[in-house]
Amino acid sequence: MKSLPLLFSLAVFAADDSFVLRNVTIHPVTAASIPNATLVVTGGKIADFGPKAAVPRGARVIDGKGLHVYPGLIDSASNVGMSEVGSVRESVDIVELGDFNPQIRAIVAVNPSSDHIPVTRASGITSSLLFPGGGIIGGQAALVHLDGWTWEEMAIEKNVAMQMRMPTLAATTYTPAFGAGRRTFAETKRRYDERVKLISTFFEQARAYQKRKAAGGMAFAVDRRLEAILPVLEGRQSLMIFAAREPAVRDALAFAARENVKIVLAGVREAGQSVKDIAAQKVPVILGETLDLPLEEDSPYDSPFTLPGELHKAGVTFAFGSFSVQFARNLPFQAANAVGFGLPYEEALKAVTINAARIWGVADRIGSIEKGKWADLILTNGDPLEARSQVKQMWIQGRPVSLETRHTKLYEQYGKRP
Amino acid sequence: MRRRQFLGGLIAGPWVASAAGETLVIRNAKILTVTRGSFDGAILIRDGKIVEAGPTVNTPAAARIIDAAGQFVMPGIIDCHSHIGTEAVNEGSVSVSSMTGIEDTVNPEDIGIYRALAGGVTTANILHGSANAIGGKNVVIKMRWGKNAAEILLAGAAPGIKFALGENPKRRGGGLGAQLRYPATRMGVEDVIRDAFSEAKAYKAAWDDYNLGAARGERRIPPRRDLRLEPLVEVLEGKRFVHAHCYRADEILMLLRVADDFGFKVRTLQHVLEGYKVAKEIKEHGAGASTFSDWWSYKMEAFDAIPYNAALMHRRGVLVSLNSDSSELMRHLNQEAAKTVRYGGLSDEEALALITINPAKQLAIDDRVGSIEPGKDADLVIYDKHPLSNYAKVQRVFIDGQLYFDRDQDMSERAGKAERRKTLHEKQKPVPARRPQ
Repeated sequence: MKSLPLLFSLAVFAADDSFVLRNVTIHPVTAASIPNATLVVTGGKIADFGPKAAVPRGARVIDGKGLHVYPGLIDSASNVGMSEVGSVRESVDIVELGDFNPQIRAIVAVNPSSDHIPVTRASGITSSLLFPGGGIIGGQAALVHLDGWTWEEMAIEKNVAMQMRMPTLAATTYTPAFGAGRRTFAETKRRYDERVKLISTFFEQARAYQKRKAAGGMAFAVDRRLEAILPVLEGRQSLMIFAAREPAVRDALAFAARENVKIVLAGVREAGQSVKDIAAQKVPVILGETLDLPLEEDSPYDSPFTLPGELHKAGVTFAFGSFSVQFARNLPFQAANAVGFGLPYEEALKAVTINAARIWGVADRIGSIEKGKWADLILTNGDPLEARSQVKQMWIQGRPVSLETRHTKLYEQYGKRP
Repeated sequence: MRRRQFLGGLIAGPWVASAAGETLVIRNAKILTVTRGSFDGAILIRDGKIVEAGPTVNTPAAARIIDAAGQFVMPGIIDCHSHIGTEAVNEGSVSVSSMTGIEDTVNPEDIGIYRALAGGVTTANILHGSANAIGGKNVVIKMRWGKNAAEILLAGAAPGIKFALGENPKRRGGGLGAQLRYPATRMGVEDVIRDAFSEAKAYKAAWDDYNLGAARGERRIPPRRDLRLEPLVEVLEGKRFVHAHCYRADEILMLLRVADDFGFKVRTLQHVLEGYKVAKEIKEHGAGASTFSDWWSYKMEAFDAIPYNAALMHRRGVLVSLNSDSSELMRHLNQEAAKTVRYGGLSDEEALALITINPAKQLAIDDRVGSIEPGKDADLVIYDKHPLSNYAKVQRVFIDGQLYFDRDQDMSERAGKAERRKTLHEKQKPVPARRPQ
């Protein structure tokens, strides 16, 4: 019986999700960086870390001399796993038909064996918010780990947010048959008004449904579509509203106030005067590609680069999203580019870690190196936001995750060609 | 047109027009020459050319001094594949559009030029699109923002022509609704190219024969001029470069063999995403390769694209450059180059060469641009940090020794421009018509 504690600890530390990292610089994100430190992971969770963290007996120790540990990065808007080859329709499951589809779920269309998952991981990204597109209410977004045998195993939160797209006054059109075109202003306005009306009608219906449901009785019949929007009405689920330009941002803020729903703005590309309102209403924002062209020909050439810095100055909480499949791996560089143009470095790092976790309500589990959180970690040879750095190892919930990708395999294979 | 005048009024340049004979010294800089190492020092510029670059340079009393303390100077970035500064890109109605040329559509007021400049690009290869197996003729431009269409052309750059293989040129061979156009397969793409060069060879023979006769004093009727075949004859004679859009290894190899058969060289393979699979054959043929850093999976033929492509081809001895093919990507080619350090472990200098001296060599303008060396054009970019850092931003850009972009100046002019923009918008508002009561 005497040897039992030892046996027990051996068993724990021999498991895949328990280990100790030594001689590393730890960047907790929520606290100052700690050089020459030790990090202890037990049962997939961070048990301890610091310059004097005790190494449990029998622990599997990994020496990380000269290397850095960061929390795994989080992509707050992505379609990785939902599309394989952009131009091959059969391989793409992002945009559904119809204007109101709150009942559809991105999680079930996530292919765990997609080649994009390891490729995205290789940049240090351990979690992604995967959103469905299309229509006005596009369906439910999922927050997933970029590892798992099935989508169930990947899921952190299966239905973390409801995706919605604000109608706009965009006059340009595109159809495969006729190419690019323009509508008249009158026609554009008519369509915009019509869509705005559709939204208020839908929410009226949903409120009526909510009342009918509460009243109960024989007459009540379940409507799957309206049922799916109830968590939004009850404030249990955020509406992730896509609004690129200022008028759409204003509309989204007004809508949130009117309907009394919790929103997250996504894909904001200009803030303008409404930035104050975003901050005042404490609405978090998921910023899109920093490496983008300005909206107008005569906008300042660096306007997409300076936007994150401007939002930070105004007191807006934000995280970065790649809004992409193939470029999801460039998320860290999107954040870095904003630093060059005014965003403090710490804020850029937060915007791909803890801020994302807070916005999606999972900061108790991921987003920083803190005791009790999941060991979603990356070991790097430098700043993970810099292209010249490399991610050397990754753990998700303490499990070592391969950094091998379709690309590294082809690299090795053809590197050996005589 | 109104839009362009609007813009032209808002953005003018270059800001500092150095008079001929002006001498400029950039000093206290970290200088990345690309071909001759890196050092802390200075650059002496006269008449738009680099005279001297070293730890210390001879500084004439009359020289204008630019203090670049703590900053990095590198040669202007060269983009070997771009479509900015043009009114039209694709003449896609035919499979061979060699009679067309970008020179006829140059738009020097495209804001893309100014934005590229602000991203450190000073020279670009402006190519026809990839809608057809044999596309139109290219131009090489310098980002001389504010100059006219003739003045932005890089005089003396070798003429070239665009080819395209794979999915794009065969796209109009299938699908619903669209009028079908041959070819529909990669087989057909080869056929179109072989057909065109067979015609070009016969056409060249007819002219050679005529010229021979003319030299002997014979009076004959000359062959009818064919503007479609003339550029292809120039390719056969090695006077015009082939820049071929391609993705898959099979189509790359096909074009190399077609070129071997007709006795011409492919100057650059563009995109060449599977170039790493046939790097040996590319090297043997002597083609250059101009690729993306990390694009993949957006279409079927890009599914085996890997970000290690540049490094693998480079290690096989292929002359490699990174290009943008995008007015957005063009703004951060330095960051794209940095990715080859991550993927494939190139050195900083090798990475910078991919966007400077290598594309200069591919376009045969390396005697003029692509590195910081005495005698070359003073096309220089000043960054606040090392250009391979994702935190670096362009501070100033010189072309031919003239300042064409200055971040401080750009920022200081913003308020005034916003004001003028507002005034112009007010003026654009329709005046309410007075109606008789």
